[in-house]
Amino acid sequence: MDIPYTVELRRDTGLNNGKIGIWLFLASEVMLFGALFASYILIRVGAPSWPRGDTVLDVPLATFNTIVLISSSVTMVMAWASLMRRRFETFRMYMGGTILLGLTFLVVKYFEYGHHLELGEFPSTNNFLAVYYTLTGLHMLHVFGGMVVNAYFWGPGAKLWKTNPVWFTNRVEHSGLFWHFVDLVWIFLFPTLYLL
Amino acid sequence: MSSPTGVAPPKPHGAHEAHHEELGFWRKYVFSTDHKVIGIQYAVTGLLFLLFGFSLMMLMRWNLAYPGAALPIIGQLFGEARMPGGTMLPEFYNELGAMHGTIMVFLGVVPLAVGGFGNFVLPLQIGAPDMAFPKINMVSYWCLFLGGITMLGSFLVPGGAAQSGWTSYTPLSVIAGSGQTWWLIGMIFLITSSLLGALNFITTTIQLRAKGLTFMRFPFFVWAQFVTAFLLLLAFPPLEAAGVMQLMDRVAGTNFFMPSGLVVSGQALTNVGGGNTLLWQHLFWFLAHPEVYVLILPGMGIVAEIIANNTRKPLWGYRSMVYSIIFLGFMSFIVWAHHMFMTGMGTAMAAFFQTTTMIISIPSVVILTALVISLWGGSIRFNTPMLFALAFLPMFGIGGLTGLPLGLNISDIPLHDTYYVIAHFHYVVAPGTIFALMAGIYYWFPKATGRRMNETLGKVHFWGSLVCMNVVFMPMFITGLAGVSRRLFDAGSAYDFAQPTMHWNVVSSWGAWLLAVFQLPFIFNFFSSIRNGEKVGENPWQATTIEWSAPSPPPHGNFVGAPQAYRGPYEYSVPGAGKDFVPQYEAS
Amino acid sequence: MTSDHAAEMSDHAVDIDKHVRVYITVFVALMVLTVITVAISYLHLSVPLAVTVALLIAIVKGSLVAGYFMHLVSEKKLIYAVLVLTVAFFVALLALPVFTHSNGFWIPE
Repeated sequence: MDIPYTVELRRDTGLNNGKIGIWLFLASEVMLFGALFASYILIRVGAPSWPRGDTVLDVPLATFNTIVLISSSVTMVMAWASLMRRRFETFRMYMGGTILLGLTFLVVKYFEYGHHLELGEFPSTNNFLAVYYTLTGLHMLHVFGGMVVNAYFWGPGAKLWKTNPVWFTNRVEHSGLFWHFVDLVWIFLFPTLYLL
Repeated sequence: MSSPTGVAPPKPHGAHEAHHEELGFWRKYVFSTDHKVIGIQYAVTGLLFLLFGFSLMMLMRWNLAYPGAALPIIGQLFGEARMPGGTMLPEFYNELGAMHGTIMVFLGVVPLAVGGFGNFVLPLQIGAPDMAFPKINMVSYWCLFLGGITMLGSFLVPGGAAQSGWTSYTPLSVIAGSGQTWWLIGMIFLITSSLLGALNFITTTIQLRAKGLTFMRFPFFVWAQFVTAFLLLLAFPPLEAAGVMQLMDRVAGTNFFMPSGLVVSGQALTNVGGGNTLLWQHLFWFLAHPEVYVLILPGMGIVAEIIANNTRKPLWGYRSMVYSIIFLGFMSFIVWAHHMFMTGMGTAMAAFFQTTTMIISIPSVVILTALVISLWGGSIRFNTPMLFALAFLPMFGIGGLTGLPLGLNISDIPLHDTYYVIAHFHYVVAPGTIFALMAGIYYWFPKATGRRMNETLGKVHFWGSLVCMNVVFMPMFITGLAGVSRRLFDAGSAYDFAQPTMHWNVVSSWGAWLLAVFQLPFIFNFFSSIRNGEKVGENPWQATTIEWSAPSPPPHGNFVGAPQAYRGPYEYSVPGAGKDFVPQYEAS
Repeated sequence: MTSDHAAEMSDHAVDIDKHVRVYITVFVALMVLTVITVAISYLHLSVPLAVTVALLIAIVKGSLVAGYFMHLVSEKKLIYAVLVLTVAFFVALLALPVFTHSNGFWIPE
């Protein structure tokens, strides 16, 4: 059965279902990360002392990761723009780039965590580290989830371009919104944990 | 292909059958993406868990009525670890209590009220062929199912299920046995289910409503589900975050919630400290307060539909009710710390939360008053759904009014954590919401099955339940005012001050056991009516809303041709009309 | 694909060229702001000042991502409404617990 407004826009809202759905989901994600930031605030304010981020964490490495993630947001939006220009191969190039940059982010984090664990710095060691691991860990899970979706649209899901290119373009746009959101969270996480 | 800007007319049913093969048993009845099948799955799951959660309480009520006494026969079933010689251990009581609350709220009421009624009725009531995201709908049910299995399974782990209250307050919950870990994992499944469902409901309501169905022509039930969905969407994630943090505390040794200086059974804990235990309470209640509105709003929606239908009159004050429910939804996010008045907050913040709490009582009163006034001058039909809906009004009234002293800081001090609180919230949820849900079952059963439920059995179910609910919960106001704490496995029998009120526990217990007996006619009625109930057509209640234009039961795709709304939802007794109702979906 | 869709897509193709220029500009801005925020952190400002500056820069960066990459500058009213509501509750969640239970933070006892 065809669900109305899956692709075509409803006139009074000017939107299709997927666009509303993804923004609603992002709203819930704002509340999820909001709770974690609120926890960070309460714990830090109540702590007798709190180390400055750069004394515990690797700022240059995280700066590199920030640049990687922001770049992946650009490639993501370019991937969608390519579809809007009906250039499928360019889409694949940009989407592939997004996935590779995401992978780079994850690999860097793997080494970052690995280094801390080698030094005996565990989530249980102190609250700074507990907050660091939990916040970046949950963020990392979202990066991974986004990459899985992106990989699907780069690979098997790309068949949809042949049968319903508008729908495919929209779905890439919606995945892009999720990906940009993950970047957005990092834009706040990075200074909060590493620089303050 | 449909045009990009107009309404896409659903193709006639025959054309679809030609396009895809008939679905097999598993895709049609188990892994279905049809909102009606999913709604029934949610409803049946919810009802089974309500029964299970009720059974847990019936067991608890033995020790509350007869503290320390051995429970004959049934007591032997639970083994030495839980009921040695048939007498209940306090740890087992705590297990039963924590899981009773958790199961009733998250596996009973919400799946039935939102997952069941919302999924089944909402698309039909707005004239839609299904939900906006049918596959996500299916996933949301199976997340609930997995959460339910996890919660049930937790009874079997060493140490038993969660025992730290449905509220899982830290630090107790962090040092508790492994059942608590399963509780946290179960909650993550349940929260995911609700989040997916919420975004589906909101998108569907906005985008898939029929032509002519403007927001102010929505049945009140639709508004109720719409606001509820926003509460679920925005309030649940903080609890998910908190759940992850508590899991980290339990499993990874972090100290998010573990304060310094903690001493357990005379031993100071090592490697523990620096955390904020009140943080858990903030994050928990940030969800749990809106959650109580999730529990009541669908019920109010159901009651509104049934009252309009059985008074043969439009609802009085529809607009006020709509604005009230929106305002209520918004306010529900900023009252939560009235559950935390005893945690040492300063007077300024106590005043803030007290004020917002008093303000939030206003829209509830508006809605209840409008429903009561709606009865005035009506030609009331006293069928079973209407009886339950009518009883909802005073029962919710009692529950709501008794909440006021709890929302004021000064009166909350002696009442907090006593049986008064238990009485208050059970009045709103048990003879409140559950009565509304029962009303809804009797009302929409014909639409779902094509048959009516038996009226006589329904009336026995109703009167027995109404009397028993009051027998169970009214005495708890008395024991609570006397100062008896909640969560005591022996109802305070060790305390002198509690002695004069101990006999009330016997009254409540017998009320509860009798209440169970009165559910038997309902259970029998439900199943036998599926086969033997009186057959009905599309609109057995002569109702006005769009779901009554679909066949009973509706086929896949719901409607033949796209429905359209031509007027408001409650055009009953319109002067000059040929019959005493003009349906919303009928062209003039 | 109907001709309506084809027409929509080619209209968008014209807009897209403009958008792409914006994306590149925003990318450069984000890089610059990243460098700035890291550089400022080396100044080791006092905590309240450091927090304020870092937060302001993050808000600017975030707004650029939200506004241009996520197309919020030209989104529909419904989406704005949902986000405004969300931000209101987000602020409540961030502010109220710490006001309530942090021993004189902001609000006196």
